[in-house]
Amino acid sequence: MAKLMDEMDMRRALLRLSHEIVEKNRDTKNLALIGIHRRGISLARRISKLIEEITGGKVPTGSLDITLYRDDLTRIAYQPVVRNTDVPFPVDDKRIILVDDVLYTGRTIRAAIDALLDFGRPQKIELAVLVDRGHRELPIRADYVGKNIPTSSEEMVEVRVKELDGRDEVLLLKRK
Amino acid sequence: MDFKRKDLLGLEDLSPEEILLILDTAKSFREVLERPIKKVPTLRGKTIVNLFFEASTRTRMSFELAEKRLSADVLNFSASTSSLVKGETLLDTAKNILALRVDCFVLRHPTPGAPHLLARKLPVSIINAGDGAHEHPTQALLDLYTIREKKGHIEGLKIVIVGDIAHSRVARSNIWGLNKLGAEVRVCGPPTLIPPRIENMGVKVFYSIERALKAVDIIMMLRIQRERQNKGLLPSLSEYREFFSLTEERISLAKKDALIMHPGPVNRGIEMPAKVADSERSIILNQVTNGIAVRMAILYLLLGRR
Repeated sequence: MAKLMDEMDMRRALLRLSHEIVEKNRDTKNLALIGIHRRGISLARRISKLIEEITGGKVPTGSLDITLYRDDLTRIAYQPVVRNTDVPFPVDDKRIILVDDVLYTGRTIRAAIDALLDFGRPQKIELAVLVDRGHRELPIRADYVGKNIPTSSEEMVEVRVKELDGRDEVLLLKRK
Repeated sequence: MDFKRKDLLGLEDLSPEEILLILDTAKSFREVLERPIKKVPTLRGKTIVNLFFEASTRTRMSFELAEKRLSADVLNFSASTSSLVKGETLLDTAKNILALRVDCFVLRHPTPGAPHLLARKLPVSIINAGDGAHEHPTQALLDLYTIREKKGHIEGLKIVIVGDIAHSRVARSNIWGLNKLGAEVRVCGPPTLIPPRIENMGVKVFYSIERALKAVDIIMMLRIQRERQNKGLLPSLSEYREFFSLTEERISLAKKDALIMHPGPVNRGIEMPAKVADSERSIILNQVTNGIAVRMAILYLLLGRR
């Protein structure tokens, strides 16, 4: 097990990422963040707060559960828990930034895009992730990346956040 | 916790944890019903057969919508238009449909235990949509969901079920479910419509609605099944109304915030006056909406895995 990022690294990465979002989206009025269950939601809230500190403008945040859009439900034996989706604003004509902790195969993001499109027709969808670990299985890339970490498929990247895990850190684990 | 069952046959054999898992899962599906596009791709490629050997509009429509909202393919089979009139047995009918490569049966049948028979004999999921006077698990689960949504909890609530307890699968399933989740359950009706030894299910029996309503949180009225009332169990409907109709005066005996439920269809003027059915206390239409979410949750838990 290796620690890839500590609390300070995460804070810096999210701050830089927030600045990049603001730089690319000068007008934050039409912007909204949607976090993907579960750690993406915590990260989306933090980014929203950081953007508010930078620009003074509030950015609404929502949460998305992608379970119902998974492409592997008929292939897995266990049952993923269906969690709440909460998109408390109309997505039509908004610029939406999806937020997740780790970008890996890209399948979660594919499901999230499908789910989001069922809520309406955003003007644009972008993707922000704390860690991009490679190994894509779909043609998907992130617009904002906290840290690129080359990994092997034998490894797992685990992001921990204070809100859910009591501490902020990113770990590299061996698959059991 | 994982839901490991192949079938949903009744509340009698569900654990409190399993019931709560279904209710929690339904909460997530409830949100889908409020979206502009009320459909998710979860059960794409699955085929579900609604096998109805008894008249049903709302349960069948609710199941059909739940199935369609999950993107399953749906076959509807009703007894009057089927080869049943040619003398085919239930099991043969089901096996023939199974040969069409389907994944799940939703069965309503007048014989208690019919879904259990199919569940034993067939390798696919069976959902009981009402078997005789035995159980109607999805109705009870949507009732539990609605109570929990309105009251926040079920434990400790006083709930009275009023009407034809003897012929009611809704009552039986609700008694199992409510007791498992820690409610105090009362049943009330004329002696001819209260089955003997019902106390053994863990309920208190009342023959007077005035006494039964005292301090209750939920009043669950059952439909007087007119089509089953030819056995002389009731002298007349007007006498039943006289003694058991839920009038505003009687409601005042219950808790101030008591809510009124009914599995439908309501016989206005018999189980309750029209005014009561349409009042603020009535959560009858919430029950109907929640029914879709609960059925989606059950379908997901049974079919949403390998």
